[in-house]
Amino acid sequence: MDKTWNNKAWFMVLPVLLLVAFSAIIPLMTVVNYSVQDTFGNNQFFWAGTEWFEEVLHSERFHASLGRNLIFSAIILLIEVPLGIIIALNMPRKGWGVPVCLVLMALPLLIPWNVVGTIWQLLCRADIGLLGYSLTKAGISYNYAADPADAWFTVIIMDVWHWTSLVVLLCYAGLVSIPDAFYQAAKIDGASRWAVFRYIQLPKMNRVLLIAVLLRFMDSFMIYTEPFVVTGGGPGNSTTFLSIDLVKIAVGQFDLGPAAAMSIIYFLIILLLSWVFYTVMTNYDAER
Amino acid sequence: MSVQQDTLARTSERPEAEQRQIDKALARRMRRRGDESKFWWLIPTVYIIFLMLPIYWLINMSFKTNQEILGTFSLWPQNPTLQNYAVIFTDPSWYKGYINSIIYVVMNTVISVLVALPAAYAFSRYRFLGDKHLFFWLLTNRMAPPAVFALPFFQLYSAFGLIDTHIAVALAHCLFNVPLAVWILEGFMSGVPKEIDETAYIDGYSFPRFFVKIFVPLIASGIGVAAFFCFMFSWVELLIARTLTTTAAKPIAAIMTRTVSASGVDWGVLAAAGVLTLIPGAIVIYFVRNYIAKGFALGRV
Repeated sequence: MDKTWNNKAWFMVLPVLLLVAFSAIIPLMTVVNYSVQDTFGNNQFFWAGTEWFEEVLHSERFHASLGRNLIFSAIILLIEVPLGIIIALNMPRKGWGVPVCLVLMALPLLIPWNVVGTIWQLLCRADIGLLGYSLTKAGISYNYAADPADAWFTVIIMDVWHWTSLVVLLCYAGLVSIPDAFYQAAKIDGASRWAVFRYIQLPKMNRVLLIAVLLRFMDSFMIYTEPFVVTGGGPGNSTTFLSIDLVKIAVGQFDLGPAAAMSIIYFLIILLLSWVFYTVMTNYDAER
Repeated sequence: MSVQQDTLARTSERPEAEQRQIDKALARRMRRRGDESKFWWLIPTVYIIFLMLPIYWLINMSFKTNQEILGTFSLWPQNPTLQNYAVIFTDPSWYKGYINSIIYVVMNTVISVLVALPAAYAFSRYRFLGDKHLFFWLLTNRMAPPAVFALPFFQLYSAFGLIDTHIAVALAHCLFNVPLAVWILEGFMSGVPKEIDETAYIDGYSFPRFFVKIFVPLIASGIGVAAFFCFMFSWVELLIARTLTTTAAKPIAAIMTRTVSASGVDWGVLAAAGVLTLIPGAIVIYFVRNYIAKGFALGRV
């Protein structure tokens, strides 16, 4: 749609601007303040320059939690995206099955995040949980609180449970927008199931898949509540992701300088990703 | 003559029948959308079972006493009890949590949608100085990690004396909900042809009247979806809500961590509280079920 140039539109954006600026810019400036200052207590601050940034960027701990978070996000995407596509392809397109599927599948998305953690804790505990108890009975040693591999397994399957539906719903939205004529043409040409997927369904899902991948990546990159409730970042530091580490430093140890510097580095990474996301999205919009 | 007629009739009939058969096969094919297998329903069914299993376990536990949970292992409650729910509904420190959550979630939803409506209209209809940068900046706030904001938010709202009020949480959640609402609404509004606006202006409608009387009803489903998503993200968020509240406005999700007492964790009550947090979500999903997929695609399918 060609839009008219009208700078008065700023007045319509103003409420949003003020509201979000209040919630975003003031806190962000606080973080910036802390990141370049040091204190000996008593609210006496002095200039520390880039000291904290250097400390964070060179700290093993930051590298470790960043690495863990990247691996976690990669695993999540590798499981959830193909799984979501397969499920979306097999969903009913009409009849009573559609609302049933949609409502049941969307349910995990509407559960408060710490309740998701609680649900999985109840399911996985070896003494009272269905999964934990069954696995232990079956002779498989499983203890997410002691074994890092089990903890990772639990956190990943919990995230798959929680968020795969997002990918499913997005892909489904893409699939139902394909006109019947496309399938008819494919049938006349004798296209195989794979060809239909590769040349009709996948291109039509491109856009929604992109949204799904980027949303999933960014949300898994800032995951906090669910692993915090289930594993608390442990055993050891094995499931301490960036956000958990950040809260530990900021609220647990009250090291404001390093926490603020880490926040800014963290935020810059997210900013870069958002920029990629935005550019790709607007390019798509332009192509349409 | 009659024989000839007969053959004629048959020849013209046969292709028709054949055509009908082909049509039927095509229709069947279209219904199944190129699926070869008769077992297409297997995958969604298995997936839904996987989704429901933890929820079933939660519900199962909520009807058990703590002794039963810890003592025996059973797939359904042996002596179903409503004791756990009774604890929640009779203790104000429990049920107030639900009321608090609902209050700030509704406040946030109303604020987000109201301020997002004009902004989304501006983004969908006009170009203005810095519009793309502004839109991008809004987007970055949706992507901002709440962990980064928890501590500064606490200091900011302390300075304004708003700690432990519902409005503090509602305003804080605007950080990610307003950009989301703008984004979804912009997607839906761009689907409304611009000619409608122009016709209304020619007909002598003023902008506010046009907006309220004509435009808002046109994008009613979009508003519903935007409200749903604001509700959802405010309802599920805990880190910021917990940081900004102490007692008077504490959300239910934060109160749940209280079940750990000297005598160990009260699993039954914890499970019952969990079950009760599922209900608002289930209700709102039901209302937007037809638009939910489009909403997740941010109105851009």
